[in-house]
Amino acid sequence: MNLFDQIGTALRALAANKLRSMLTMLGVVIGIGSVIAMIGIGEGTKRASLANIQRMGTNMLMVWPNWRRGNVSGTEASVPTLKDEDVRAIRRNVPLATFVTGTVGGSAMAKYKDRNHVSRLVGGEPQIALIQNATRMLQGGWFSVEDDAVSAKKCVLGYVAYQELFGNENAVGASIRIKNDNFRVLGVIDYKGGTGMWNPDDQIYVPLSTARRRLMGQQNLDSIVVQTSDPELMMLAQKEVEDTLDQTRKNSSSEPLFRVMNQGDALDQMNTQNALLSVLLAGIASVSLLVGGIGIMNIMLVSVTERTREIGLRKAIGARRDTILSQFLLESVAMCCVGGLIGIVAGVGGVYVVAPLLKVPAVINVQAIVLASAFSIFVGVFFGLYPAIRASRLQPIEALRYE
Amino acid sequence: MSNPIIETHDLSKDFVMGDMVVHALRQVNLRIEAGEFVAIMGPSGSGKSTFMNLIGCLDRPSGGNYVLSGEAVAGMGDNALAEVRNKYIGFVFQNFNLLPRTPAIKNVELPLVYAGKRNRHAIAQAALERVGLGQRIHHKPNELSGGQQQRVAIARAIVNDPALILADEPTGNLDSHTSEEIMAVFQDLNAQGKTVVVVTHEEDVAQHCKRIIRFKDGRVQHDEQVATPVNARTKLAGMPNLEDEDVPAAFAPKFEMPS
Repeated sequence: MNLFDQIGTALRALAANKLRSMLTMLGVVIGIGSVIAMIGIGEGTKRASLANIQRMGTNMLMVWPNWRRGNVSGTEASVPTLKDEDVRAIRRNVPLATFVTGTVGGSAMAKYKDRNHVSRLVGGEPQIALIQNATRMLQGGWFSVEDDAVSAKKCVLGYVAYQELFGNENAVGASIRIKNDNFRVLGVIDYKGGTGMWNPDDQIYVPLSTARRRLMGQQNLDSIVVQTSDPELMMLAQKEVEDTLDQTRKNSSSEPLFRVMNQGDALDQMNTQNALLSVLLAGIASVSLLVGGIGIMNIMLVSVTERTREIGLRKAIGARRDTILSQFLLESVAMCCVGGLIGIVAGVGGVYVVAPLLKVPAVINVQAIVLASAFSIFVGVFFGLYPAIRASRLQPIEALRYE
Repeated sequence: MSNPIIETHDLSKDFVMGDMVVHALRQVNLRIEAGEFVAIMGPSGSGKSTFMNLIGCLDRPSGGNYVLSGEAVAGMGDNALAEVRNKYIGFVFQNFNLLPRTPAIKNVELPLVYAGKRNRHAIAQAALERVGLGQRIHHKPNELSGGQQQRVAIARAIVNDPALILADEPTGNLDSHTSEEIMAVFQDLNAQGKTVVVVTHEEDVAQHCKRIIRFKDGRVQHDEQVATPVNARTKLAGMPNLEDEDVPAAFAPKFEMPS
């Protein structure tokens, strides 16, 4: 009996019991489908955040207070705050820093006519436009050093904030309300293509002094952002910034007072998180496929019992042991393959449906599809083997006599 | 006669039940020649079913020898026996044992599939035509009457051109008219040279055969030739036609196996 005949026999047997075969397949369909969908969407999210990090600014260093310092995280006494003199110290002592500014930020609601939109408010000196790669304008321009000096009530809108408030109208010269104060719109930054959390397009920039005095009411800085002159010398610049701050603050402990991060660090952190997520996904996938496999084994055992007479007959008219074994093995493998195929289609479809909703690119991971296919065949063989062996060992007379 | 299909020497079968040994078959010596039409009879527990299982190579003897068509099969393994069954024996069962939800032609093709033969559709169709079912090859068992189902089973039994057709109570589930039709099919096959062994407990079925072997207590009690076997076709002519079975008036010339 050749393989082609055997596959035909297996498919006919499955087709003879369509509903049961479908329900049995469902476990594999859901397992494979969810793996592919989860990996695809995870990959899409990863690409989206990678793009965000790259759009946030080139050669950028970020300085934050070290919240992990001391034994009790976040207590006032042990966490230092960033001040204006830290900015001056960096300007003075770090030759690799081309542009430096302190920033303050927070979430705020902006209103224009009857529209309102909650956006991220960023206060910074005008050079923040260069540091954060926000100089390509859709309309108008940026605020000046003079605006910062007089705490002018002026702002620059990111593309998403602009669209939410103005649609496609002209925004330059219009007045929007932020925290019960009127702000004149100086310009709109061109679309950068950001997505998700910390979307660089969904921001409103105001002069640093304006943000400190009029909007946040704070003298401290939330962070300092630095543009370095050469991406190759990023690590060196980072070290210089760390040393400068430790010297000016006379820090003698081994724990740094401030954390300096570059884009590479942010990427590393993200990769670590992604690796963890991948392990979790693989775990979920294995469990769901295991459950699907047990379902298949269960149905195959029922099927062998139910078809005892058929097995007896097949043996009586000349089926060898291995023929019966491969017939039942092929049935479970066929179920897993068809289930896996449907699962792949469902998973790919799921990625294309869910990705736009999450505003991340739809990514189809070919490796995941290949792996999922191989795994579903393995599940079919592994869980089909025992029932198939049972079928092949039946004695023809016993099987024919079975009621 | 020098061409035995079945030859047994002291063929025995014991079953162990708990700590008791049941001698189902005790040293049976029998010869069945090519072209014979034999009925095996006996009350239940006489050993006739055990004997049938042994000569059908479905079971192995506890002792003695069995030569089927020149091959000593007593010591063969499972797979070798499967090949012997496929090649030399065509089975017909009381409850037909057709694969459900499977068209007649596919049921008949099954032994050819296991034999690894080509051109299966044509061979199976010829076998179905031979039993008068040429028009119903695509019907599934549940779309066929009992008599038609049994004829599909007979077509399946003869499709591999076996040396021996072994029928176990082939008319047990059929009414008397249909039983006659089935016996007519067997008589026609025998007339074309096939060796047919029918296991039955019905005396009037046995009277259609040329030889009757009666078993009792695991031994052959009687072995007689039937002087004038009942002709099923003559008997059918005298019966009211209850069912519209399309039995051909006479079978086509002998079916040749393409080699």
